[in-house]
Amino acid sequence: MESIIKEGTPKTPSIRFDAKQGIIEIKGRSIPENSIEFYKPMVDWLEEYAAMPAPKTSVNIHLEYFNTSSSKCILDIFKKLEAIHKAKNDVEVSWYYEEDDEDMLEAGEDYESIIRIPFKMIEVED
Amino acid sequence: MNEGDVLLAYKGSITTELITNVLEVIESKLQDINTASTVKKKIYNVLVESLQNLFHHIDDLPEQIKDEFDARFGVLVVSKEEDFYRISTGNFVRSGKVKQLKDKIDKINSLSREELKDMYKFVLNHQKLSAKGGGGLGLIDIAKKTGNKMEYSFLKYNSEFEFFNLNVFISEVKI
Repeated sequence: MESIIKEGTPKTPSIRFDAKQGIIEIKGRSIPENSIEFYKPMVDWLEEYAAMPAPKTSVNIHLEYFNTSSSKCILDIFKKLEAIHKAKNDVEVSWYYEEDDEDMLEAGEDYESIIRIPFKMIEVED
Repeated sequence: MNEGDVLLAYKGSITTELITNVLEVIESKLQDINTASTVKKKIYNVLVESLQNLFHHIDDLPEQIKDEFDARFGVLVVSKEEDFYRISTGNFVRSGKVKQLKDKIDKINSLSREELKDMYKFVLNHQKLSAKGGGGLGLIDIAKKTGNKMEYSFLKYNSEFEFFNLNVFISEVKI
């Protein structure tokens, strides 16, 4: 299965979805006006990946900013991952937030309370 | 109205390109401002939601308004006052939508922080995105991030349209 690799832009994050390594990475800023358009390929990819996931899937979310439009799409991604986890596969989410960024920590905790996958909250220096 | 120090002011079409430009400008201005990084992040976040609210909700204007203003006309002012930053936006809305909008803001303003958090999670989990990518979360997110009440007014423009002005406030944190 082919990986998705995308460079970040001022309004969209960098993306690495690597089936072989079981790595799902979203990094940077996610503030497009229409996030559905941006996230659709990743949601579709996960649908396919779910049929034959790696023994362990590591999910790294390291966002500086994200808008409410993206927050729904990120939830869609987590729901796909939750299904993979529910089918007895190892899935772990690392949620990175910058020092003192309580809003970003809280956003991670909001997802953690909705989605049944283990979350690790990781504080990083600015 | 005393608008304090104006960091940025714009009136005209609210397009994707405009939003990108405004965010670039404000980001470079914020670098020079002496305030906590958490405040800078809040200003940026709230500005994103405010602009995208405008982008998603501006009604198609009838010809008579389009002649005088742009088709996707909106107003934005970001200013600094003594203890807070103000983000003020304005746009035309159809009169028929005014009550719904008032009710929504009044409801959000009446909620405690915990209630806002619950409302955010509920809408996040249950409401579908519109075709344009709006999710009904913008105002809730603004209220949650700022922790301050929003202020608004509606000014009757003609029988069909009112001009909606929304002010949101980000508290200053002295460093």
